[in-house]
Order: sequence, then structure tokens, then C-alpha cells
Amino acid sequence: MTRRRTSYFDLFLTALTWIGTLVMFTPIAWMILTSFKTEQDAVSYPPKLFFTPTLDHYRRIFENDFASFATASIIVTVVSTAIVIILAVPAAFALTVRPVPKWRDVLFFFISTKMMPIAAGIVPIYLVARAFDLLNTSTVLIIVYTSMNLPLAIWMIRSFMVEIPRDVFDAVEVDGAGRVREMVQIIVPLIKPGLASTALLCAIFAWNEFFLAVNLTTTVSTLPVFLQKFLSFGQLYTAQVAAVATLINIPVVVAGWLAQKSLTRGLTFGAVK
Amino acid sequence: MSSILLSSNARTARARRSFATGWWNRLPLLPALIFVILVTQLPFVITLYYSLQRWNLVSTTAPRFVWFRNFFNAVSDAVFLKAIFNTAVMTSSIVIASVVVGGLLATGLNREFRGRTIARTLAITPFFIMPVAAALFWKTGIYDPTFGILGWITDEIGIGRINWISQYPRLTIIILTTWQWSAFALLILLAGMQSFPPEVAEAAEVDGASRLYVFRRLMLPHLRPFIELTGLLVAMYVLENFAAIAILTNGGPAYSTTNLSYYVYLEAFSSFDLGRASAFGMISLWLAMALTIPMLRVVSGIFKEGGRA
Repeated sequence: MTRRRTSYFDLFLTALTWIGTLVMFTPIAWMILTSFKTEQDAVSYPPKLFFTPTLDHYRRIFENDFASFATASIIVTVVSTAIVIILAVPAAFALTVRPVPKWRDVLFFFISTKMMPIAAGIVPIYLVARAFDLLNTSTVLIIVYTSMNLPLAIWMIRSFMVEIPRDVFDAVEVDGAGRVREMVQIIVPLIKPGLASTALLCAIFAWNEFFLAVNLTTTVSTLPVFLQKFLSFGQLYTAQVAAVATLINIPVVVAGWLAQKSLTRGLTFGAVK
Repeated sequence: MSSILLSSNARTARARRSFATGWWNRLPLLPALIFVILVTQLPFVITLYYSLQRWNLVSTTAPRFVWFRNFFNAVSDAVFLKAIFNTAVMTSSIVIASVVVGGLLATGLNREFRGRTIARTLAITPFFIMPVAAALFWKTGIYDPTFGILGWITDEIGIGRINWISQYPRLTIIILTTWQWSAFALLILLAGMQSFPPEVAEAAEVDGASRLYVFRRLMLPHLRPFIELTGLLVAMYVLENFAAIAILTNGGPAYSTTNLSYYVYLEAFSSFDLGRASAFGMISLWLAMALTIPMLRVVSGIFKEGGRA
């Protein structure tokens, strides 16, 4: 963009943009602020902007079974994301670098699975999980989250592989490297940053997922299910809820900020760079 | 003679080899493909089978094949029709509102000013917030008539304390979900605006075109595929909106905020009527496909471009 003389109109637009941005962020800021209030301050009228901050709620988080839900969340997120990447890299390879016949149909099959409501499959998933004694385990969540994130990861990784210059593959051909070596030693290092943002995005989706978690697990479950239990306490724990919510959102928000550059690509299945 | 025999032998050997290479090429794809089919597609087939049964986990009678009775019941079930209506209303308002809010923010952020990166980062943050956490805090800290910040604001500006969730349940869900998805729309539309060639805008400016003209006549047509893509993706995710409904309203009052996903959940895990739940699930699957597949066709151009397909 060319530098133009800053007019009043520009200043006005900038002010409007900042107002819009702050409106978007206010609920989050309010949540963080509330988490440092005492419960009395949190429900005071009118709402207090200035107060003596307390760390009590953060200290109290670990008093109940938060730790076990947090552990399950971390395990489910990390393991499912790792499996997704391990399965998606070869799949993307077979759809890009050495494309199989009908690779276009396969790609659109993957994206179409994301358009089908998971609610339509929940009854059989529940019954099969029950038959294999997998209800209320981390394993069942790892399985469903892996399949939930695979299509997205394949599309996203593929979009990174497409960008590798043709010469690299010609060089590999001359070199006579095998498929496996080509993939592991040449392609993966080239798309490492892309793989990292793919993993971050899949991790965000797994971390935040609620529908499958609440239907397939109860006590051995992830943090959204833990949070849901606060619902029955009503207003008693507004500040405590804010503290828990703030704490468990830190990892995803940081992941989101880190992945910002490739985020658009991932969220649009590689359609928008 | 012998040479002919030799060449035909060589041909079959080559054919066999190419068959083997074909599968060797497909091999890396298979684990992911099989995994996705088993976990996401097979359940739909089983659901279709269940949907033809009368099967209630609470009743003692064994499941029994009833053909399409669950589907006929669904069509005459007022709550089910209401759920379809709610899904349509909530999804379309969230999609439109998200595109509008995200588009306005993107227009503002697609300009040079100090602190632009920070503003952009703050504005996209709502999208990352865990939906359950967002819904829970909005319910206690924002929508609550006595203690929420929104109740205080409406009181200050003189329209009294509004009990948002019980008076306008559907609106509270639309606002909360729009808040999260407009951040997503912002991300895509901003990327779209940044892919607009600056030379074009400059050339138009040299020609004396006003900024409004550049925006309406050049930027908007350029953005069209991005807007369609945003609409498709938001619709795809919001059709299954669950966390906001489960936390804010539980689908009530009187099913006024129950969408299809939530109704399937209620039938399956509160009424334990697996046959009916499966039929509802099948219908919502067809509706989702009828809605998203034509849209996918519309935006497949942009996918092809991006994926060089």
C-alpha cells in the first residue's frame, strides 16, 4: 500500500477498527479480570473495574480432580495429534508427490467427511465403544479425534507439499532414493514448519472438542467435560469458573497465536494461503 | 515364434509389476483412508440400519424391524420440525452475522496503522477459546441479569435488566456463536483482502476512482469466492453447534433452542430411544449434505486453485 497523507477519515476508520477489536476482546479481558477477583467482588454491583487482586482461585483449581482431567486432555490431544501427523504425511504424499489414480476423488472424499454431522453417527460409535469396553477411556477419544482431524491434516499437509519445487523431486529421481527415504529424509524436513502448524491446529480442535467427549466419557474425560460440571453451581463460583477457563485456554490461545501464519490455510483446507 | 512368446511373457510380467507398483503407490494412502472410513463412514451405515428399528434401551422389548416408521414419526413430531426450523434460523443468522462482522473487522484491519498486528491478534482470539469455557463464562459473567456485565449495561442505558437467556434464548446463542465465528471469518476475509493486488487499487486511484468505488467495484468481486468459502465453512461447523446450546439453554425453554444435533443427543442419551435418534440422525445427515454439497460445488474452484487440483 502506498503511504498517503493521514486524513481525518483514516483516523476515524482506525478508531472504529480499534473499537471493534476491543469489543471482540472484551469478553476475554473480562474473564481474565474476573479470575483475579474474590467471589464477592465478582458478583458486586456495579461491576468493579478496580479491586484488590487475589490468586486464590488459581491456587484452588488443583483442589478437586482438575489434575486428572487435565492429564487426560493432554494425553488425548498429544497422542491423537501425533497419530494424525503420522498417518497424514504418507497419505498426502500419495495424493501429491506420487499421486495415485483418482487422487482428486479421494481428496474430495476426505473433505466431504467433514461436512457430515457427527451426531448422525454418534449412536453406533457409542454402541461399538461400549461393545469393546472403551467407554469412559482416553483411547476412544484418541480414536475419534484422530479421524476427526485426519481430513483437515491431509489437505493442509498436501498444500505444503504442493509448494515444494519440482527440482527437488527430479534430484531425488536421479539420486535413486526409495519412496520411504524420499518422504522421511527429504520431504518432511522441507515442510517442517507446515507440519508444526498443522499439528497445532489439530491440537486446538482436539483440546476444545465437547460433543464426542460428553457422550463417550464421564469421569475419565477431558477439560470441557470438567468445566461443564460447574454449571450446577450457578453464580457461586463465577470467579472460580473464570480462573479455570482462563487457565485452560492459555495453551490453545498460545498455540493459535503461534500458528497464526498458516492458520488460514489450515482452516480453509489449504484453499486460502 | 520364440521372440513373440518372449515379448508376451515380458508384457504379462510388466503388467504384473505395474499392478504391484500401483498398490505400492496406494499403500501410503491406505491407513488414513481406512481409518477415516471405519470411524466416520461406517457409523452412518449402521445408523441407517438402526433407524429402521424400534429400539428403546429403557423398554424391555427386543429391537424389532419396523421399516420406515421412525421416519414417518419424525415428520409428524412437532419438536423435530421445530428443531429443523431452529437449526435453519440459528445457522443462517450466525453465518450472515459472522460474515458481516468479520468482513467489517477485516476491512478495518486491512489498512496500515500503528498496532495493527496487535489488533489483529486480539480480534481473532475469540475463535480459539474453548466453546464450553466461552459459553460458561458468558452465562455467568455476561448474560446473567444480576451479575453479568450485559445486564449492567442495559440497566445503565435505561432499558432495565434483561434476563437475556430466558427472554431471548435463541438470540443469546446466536450472539455467542457469532462472537467466536466472526473471528474465523475475519481470518479468511483478511487473507482474501491481502491477496488483492495493490497495483490495481493504485491504478484505479490514479484514474481518479474514489475509495468507495474501488471497494465496491474491485474489492468485493475479488472477495466473492472468499465470502462463499467462509459461509460454507461456518455453516458446516455451526450446523453442529452443541456446546453453546448445552451450556446456555439446554435446548430450552420448550425446545426453542434445540437444533438437530442437540435433538439427536436428547433422543439417544436422555430418552434412550436409539431407533428414533438414528432416524433423526439420518435426516440431519441428508439435510447437511443437501445443503453443503451444492455449496462445495460452488466454491470448489477456490479449492482447486489452492490445492492445484
